[in-house]
Formats: sequence, structure tokens, C-alpha cells
Amino acid sequence: MNAHGTVFKYGDNVDTDVIIPARYLNIADPDELATHAMEDIDATFVERVKPGDIVVASRNFGCGSSREHAPLVIKQNGVSCVIAASFARIFYRNAINIGLPILECAEAAEKIQDGDEVEIDFATGLIRDITRGEEYQALAFPEFINGIIEHGGLLNSLKARGV
Amino acid sequence: MGMTMTQKILAAHAGIDEVVPGQLIEADIDLVLANDITGPVAIRELKKADLNKVFDKNKVALVMDHFVPNKDIKSAEQCVECRDFAREHGIVNFFDVGRMGIEHALLPEQGLVAAGDCIIGADSHTCTYGALGAFSTGVGSTDCAAGIATGKAWFRVPSAIKVELTGTKAPWISGKDVILHLIGEIGVDGALYESLEFCGPGVAELSMDDRFSIANMAIEAGAKNGIFPVDEKTMAYMEGRVPRAWKVFEADVDAEYERTVTIDLSTLRPTVSVPHLPENAKPVEELADVEVQQAVIGSCTNGRIEDMRIAADILRGRHVAPWVRAIVIPATQDVYLQCIREGLAEVFVEAGAVVSTPTCGPCLGGYMGILAAGERAISTTNRNFVGRMGHVDSEVYLSSPAVAAASAVTGHITDPATL
Repeated sequence: MNAHGTVFKYGDNVDTDVIIPARYLNIADPDELATHAMEDIDATFVERVKPGDIVVASRNFGCGSSREHAPLVIKQNGVSCVIAASFARIFYRNAINIGLPILECAEAAEKIQDGDEVEIDFATGLIRDITRGEEYQALAFPEFINGIIEHGGLLNSLKARGV
Repeated sequence: MGMTMTQKILAAHAGIDEVVPGQLIEADIDLVLANDITGPVAIRELKKADLNKVFDKNKVALVMDHFVPNKDIKSAEQCVECRDFAREHGIVNFFDVGRMGIEHALLPEQGLVAAGDCIIGADSHTCTYGALGAFSTGVGSTDCAAGIATGKAWFRVPSAIKVELTGTKAPWISGKDVILHLIGEIGVDGALYESLEFCGPGVAELSMDDRFSIANMAIEAGAKNGIFPVDEKTMAYMEGRVPRAWKVFEADVDAEYERTVTIDLSTLRPTVSVPHLPENAKPVEELADVEVQQAVIGSCTNGRIEDMRIAADILRGRHVAPWVRAIVIPATQDVYLQCIREGLAEVFVEAGAVVSTPTCGPCLGGYMGILAAGERAISTTNRNFVGRMGHVDSEVYLSSPAVAAASAVTGHITDPATL
């Protein structure tokens, strides 16, 4: 599986309140919820983002609330991957559990700039910045986590185990 | 190799003798929690995956606390989903309006969580129960759904930071000042993927409500959990509440910690975290010029009876400043009733504050105290992110109940000792 798209770049500590403000957490419909993605940090994100685009941020992406709505609205807007120097742990789990690819790579998070064209090979964890002609190597997922991703999320992987 | 408290609890729940940091394990869980925001997502995921089952109807708790009494039609519909699910599966611990409380104040109070437990909850502040010597951590709705169906969860065993508490705390210093100070020291990702293991002679200084407040905000340092040793105060709290056996785990003397942070309680100042991160902790005296338009006293961090008593001690015989709205939210029905019986509710109302039914409402900008652009609140809640309590151009300053109550009286951020 590969990803290819334009980068939306953010800084440290992008919290779940700016990814999807709590005032919208009464919305059940994922499509409606997704129209408010990143609203409090980037009011034009939803207008500009295209399927395949890539979010890049620095440290502690997704900190704060446990709301699964956060990775969900990012995925729902067609984002193919989030790359960050580090992720808050609940966001990390949630992203994997719902099948939003995320990669930890401090070097890529630092050097890739807003608007760059980036390509990712998930099998190898290789991130290629086409605009800059540079490559970065992300950490590979442990086998256990790969299993969850391959089954399309946690519940499906549990079912595959016969739960 | 020696293990920390957290590692021992995880090993016991995974049915193995020893775990090491980084190891992936599957553990049995003693309680799975969800609320009216995260519950519906979990329920929909279960149904979508055709896994509409509950592993143990006594070990699932559904607490309607975020947007109740329902703030609007959509919130009402989310509660209906939870209510229907609870009925369908005979969920014993379903807490609706009139019996509910803010989940992390309610579950310990009702004796549903105990020392040695392994707990997951679809709410980031589930780490609160570490105050009782339990392993508890926040997860998302899908993890929660898996827990509801199977009674199990996967974890990566965390490495640990030791937080050594020493000294005696000064008047007006509470658990909130300890945790805000700690987050200020290590940063909002200072304990990322790690456990915070509190220990040292200073622990005995802290009441259970102080410890709940500290463990509650472990997540604000990025931690997986925060945990306290079990002592006489813990036992006394659980006696008469927890109707089952609990297990006391102690860290091995040769347990390994990534590092040790020492906090001398005697040197702590009333501490306030300024926008827009909990790590921006400052001593209260540096902020005396900061005017506030709203004071919120409540939440899963600071809505317990001790918090109410401290706020009432300050507000008794005083009045909330003109142009300040003070909102007091006892965290559970029991705390509310105690406020009435002890005359605290009367103190609040006479001081010009409103006293609300339990709700998470304003903490996450849901309702019951939303800020307009340019407004500023002093709040005993746990997050001061951009837009957290309302407009993206509003501000939240985090503090203890003592500082919030004193600031409500003066209209600017105030050291309670100066009143």
C-alpha cells in the first residue's frame, strides 16, 4: 500500500480539541462530523484537503481527549497518512484501531514542509519528499499492530481470531 | 528484573509472572467504562462488526455525564443509544440523570474500582483510578468496544517515571498544585507512553481527593497512567465502598525507572497553568494582573467534596466580584447532597455563584458556561487548549479550587492567602 499527496504541516501538541472541537461531539454522522475537521487550528483545512493528502506534525500529535472522532474526521477527509515526530498514545491506538495509517519519523516531521508533495511506501516505511528530493525512514510497526491494520481494524482482527 | 506497580498489575492480569517495558500483552480487564460521547461510537462499532455482546454485565459501566441533562436533540439521541444498549444487555452499572455523576468521581465513590484492578475507559481521564493503586487508562471507542465484547485489552508495557514526593504541604496547597507543577516540570509529553509512579513520604500528606486529582491529570503529561501506593488512607476509602476483595501491589525495590522527579511539597506555590497548554505552569503571584470573567469549580479533576469545602471556605461571607460568573459543579449526586447537608450549597448561592447538577459541560466547551471571544476563565478543570471552553479566541487558566474561588471573589487571578 502506498500513499501520495500534498502535505498539510502543523506544529507541536496538536490536540484533539482543535482536531475536532467538543462542541461537535453530539454529531453522530461521520460525514457531517468531518466537515469540522481541524476547524480550530486551520479553518480552511476541509476546503483545501484532497483524497490522498498527508498531515505532517511535530511532537505529541493528538494529545488530550480519547475521542476517536479525532482520527475519524482526519480519515473521513481522505487523508492517507499522518506523519509526526511522536503521537499521544490514545490517538496512536485509535488511529490503528480505525485503520488510519500513522508513521513516527522525527526527521520527516522536521524537514517536510507545508505544501510538499510526498509519497509513502507503507511496506518499508519509506517516506519520499518529491518536492525536495529527500527520503526518510519511519519506524516499522510491530507485527501485532500490523495484524490489526491488515484486518482493517481491531474488531475485525478479533473476529478473525474467532472472538 | 524488578517491576513497578504498573508492571506488576499488568503481568497479573496477563497471567504471566514477569513483564518488561515494551512488551505487548493481552490483559483481562476488571471494568470497561464509556460515557454519552464515546459510548455511542463504541456501540455502533460493536453492531457494525456484528459483535453485539457484553462480556460481563457487571463489569461494564456506562455513565451519562458529558452533555446531560441533554443539552440538545443530538445529545439526547446519543443518550438513547446508550440507554437502549444498557437495557438490551442488562448493564448493571448504567448511570443516568439523577443517579449519575462525573464518571471519574462517581466510579471510585460507588466502589466500582479498587486497588489492583486493571481498567480501561473510553475517556482520557480514566487514569484517575491510579489514586487507588489500580492500573487504569484511557482508550478510544474501538478499544472500549473490544473490551465490552471480550473483557480483554492489549497493552504495551510502559516504562516508568518515579515521582518522589517529600515534605509537608503549606496551607491552600492541594493535589492540583502538585500535578500542575509536575506537568510544568516534565511537559505535556514528558511521560509519553510511560507510567507515573508516585511514591515517597509526601504521599501520606495527600488526601484521597488530592490523589484523585493528581492521577486524573497524568494524561496531561502524556502518561499512560499515574499510580499511587496503597496505604491506610486508600484502605479507609475503599472500606465500606468496595464490596469485593482487592489486591495490593507494591513496586519491587529493584524496579527500574527511566528517571526520578522529586517534588518537595513544602516549596510548592499555588500553581496556575496559563493558555494554551497545561505545561505552562506558573506560581499564582506572577498572574495577579490577569482579569477573569468566569470561574469554574468542578470537573473530574476537582469536583469532589474536599474541593467543594475548600471553595466554600473562601466564598463564605464573601461575594463573587461584579462582572464575574462563578459556576460550581459538584461532581456526583452524593457530593451534591453533601454540599446541601453541610450548608456549602447555601454558601455558594449566597456568594452569587450558580450550583449546577453534575456534568462535564463547561470543561470541554459543551455547555453550562461557554466563553465568548476575548473572555477568560479560571477553572479547576484539566485542559486549557485553544477553544477548549468555547470560542477559539477565549482563554482558560487552570488552577486549584482555592485559587479559582479566590479569583472569583476579586475578579483577577488571586492567591487565596492574600484575601
